[in-house]
Amino acid sequence: MKHRAYPTWFAGGALLLYGVFVLLPSLLGFGFAFTDWNAYAKTIHWVGLDNFATILDPSNDYLSAIQHTVLFTLATTVLKTAFALALAILLTSGVKRLAYLYRGLVYLPAVLPVLVVGIVFRSILDPSSGLLNSTLQFVGLGALTQHWLTDVGLTIWAVIGVDTWRGVGYIMVILIAGLLAIPREYYEAASIDGASGLQAFRHVTLPLLWPVLAVTTVLNLLYGLRVFDMVFVLTNGQYGTSTVYTIVFDNFSRGLYGVATALSTLFFIVMVVLSFGVIRAMRPREVA
Amino acid sequence: MHPIRAFRAAVLNVSASGASLIALVPFYLVFVNALKTQPEASSMGVELPLNPQWANFGTVVDQGKLVTAFLNSVVYSLGGTVLAVLVSALAAYVLARHRTRRHQIIYLLLIMGIAIPTNFVTLMKVMQVTHLVDSQIGMILLYAATQIPFSVFLIYAFVDSLPRELDEAAFIDGCSPTRTFFSVVFPILTPVLVTCGVLSILNIWNEFLMPLYFLNSTSRWPMTLAVYNFFGQFQSDWSLVSADIVLTILPVILIYIVAQRWILSGVSAGAVKG
Repeated sequence: MKHRAYPTWFAGGALLLYGVFVLLPSLLGFGFAFTDWNAYAKTIHWVGLDNFATILDPSNDYLSAIQHTVLFTLATTVLKTAFALALAILLTSGVKRLAYLYRGLVYLPAVLPVLVVGIVFRSILDPSSGLLNSTLQFVGLGALTQHWLTDVGLTIWAVIGVDTWRGVGYIMVILIAGLLAIPREYYEAASIDGASGLQAFRHVTLPLLWPVLAVTTVLNLLYGLRVFDMVFVLTNGQYGTSTVYTIVFDNFSRGLYGVATALSTLFFIVMVVLSFGVIRAMRPREVA
Repeated sequence: MHPIRAFRAAVLNVSASGASLIALVPFYLVFVNALKTQPEASSMGVELPLNPQWANFGTVVDQGKLVTAFLNSVVYSLGGTVLAVLVSALAAYVLARHRTRRHQIIYLLLIMGIAIPTNFVTLMKVMQVTHLVDSQIGMILLYAATQIPFSVFLIYAFVDSLPRELDEAAFIDGCSPTRTFFSVVFPILTPVLVTCGVLSILNIWNEFLMPLYFLNSTSRWPMTLAVYNFFGQFQSDWSLVSADIVLTILPVILIYIVAQRWILSGVSAGAVKG
């Protein structure tokens, strides 16, 4: 009876759309990555590993883009987790009044288009008239003013800072749900045993929140490796901030499809390996 | 209250409101500067406008072609969402109810999409072959495809929590699978479908990279691309750029205020319940 009640063709629509627009391009990538496909020649030739050699050649900017992407990913993951955890604890156990309002406000930047956030921060980080530098001057810290978005070396950190500001609410909301799922009795038991607040955090909160922290970490990593909008708007990948996706777009605009595909395909392999981590972390508990 | 406790409570409250304030400052800036004259807004300062320039909004609607862009964004987010939620619900339902090996593989394949990156270059090839470049139908199909993995994931978990007797009874009573799904199961799925729908609408509304790659005609641009283009043209005029931004984010903020419950539950459901 079962196979007639639940026909496989019900999954057909989802499989078709997903197959054509997500899986197929990724599979095609494995073929085109080995060609000289570009916008200027009519025919496409097999070039073996040439594109990968181009990517790994230190005299090109591909390796530095990969470096920036990894730095961005690690830094935003650590910063978002730290701030989000502090805020989540503050809003679940520190503050009672208006906690819902605060949670809603801190999450707000995460629901808005990244593009808009980037444009607003282009003004805030403006070296001469921007809010950040004028505030620093106003409070007597004029020495700390910087050319936030043009100073190579500093700029990637400005982008990391803005993205942390934008994304912390998202991680916080997940951690709040995780904290609220910890039964109160554990804390009562801990306090009866004479545990301090810090000890309760170390021995009750952290171990029980661990699975949720694993999920937020994976989400942060996946987001960071794919980052595009924020970098594109703030710096257009200049001043030491190019990332994998900005450089793919750049190569695409210049008509260098072969190299762009090779880079995308390398990236695909890395993400598929990581994605097994996601599926493991997100699989329903009772099945795992 | 004990003085040390009172002090501690005060510090905590101040930190929480401080964090909220930091989250709000940029939006405050956009809203006040949208009502300033161009010279007043040149430094994008925190001062209130001397004389609110409501006409700025009219100017950006005309100059930024915002009516078309708004309608395009509505078409893409609603079209993509309805399609994605419908096919995801159908798929998640059979995959969760009838767990053959084949169905398990299909499920894993679908939710792998949460993690794998899009290959935009070869996707362009697919779009060219299917004649979907620079087309509104193309955008809807593409956006639907991007929203399927997470929707399937959320709906699958929800179906799993429903008693099997519901649909088995309907089927034994002689309903066809399609009828069972649409008249018995679909209505019960409403909460999770609303969550998926709201998240998907917001994702598509905010998305920027797909139109950047696949739409050439300005007449098909969504709000995000129109704003970016407007910013490029009027970079020095922060009052107009701010007004443009206000009009772009207003719908998002309204949806957020109305649907906050579903958004926050959907965001955490995947990680905590799942």
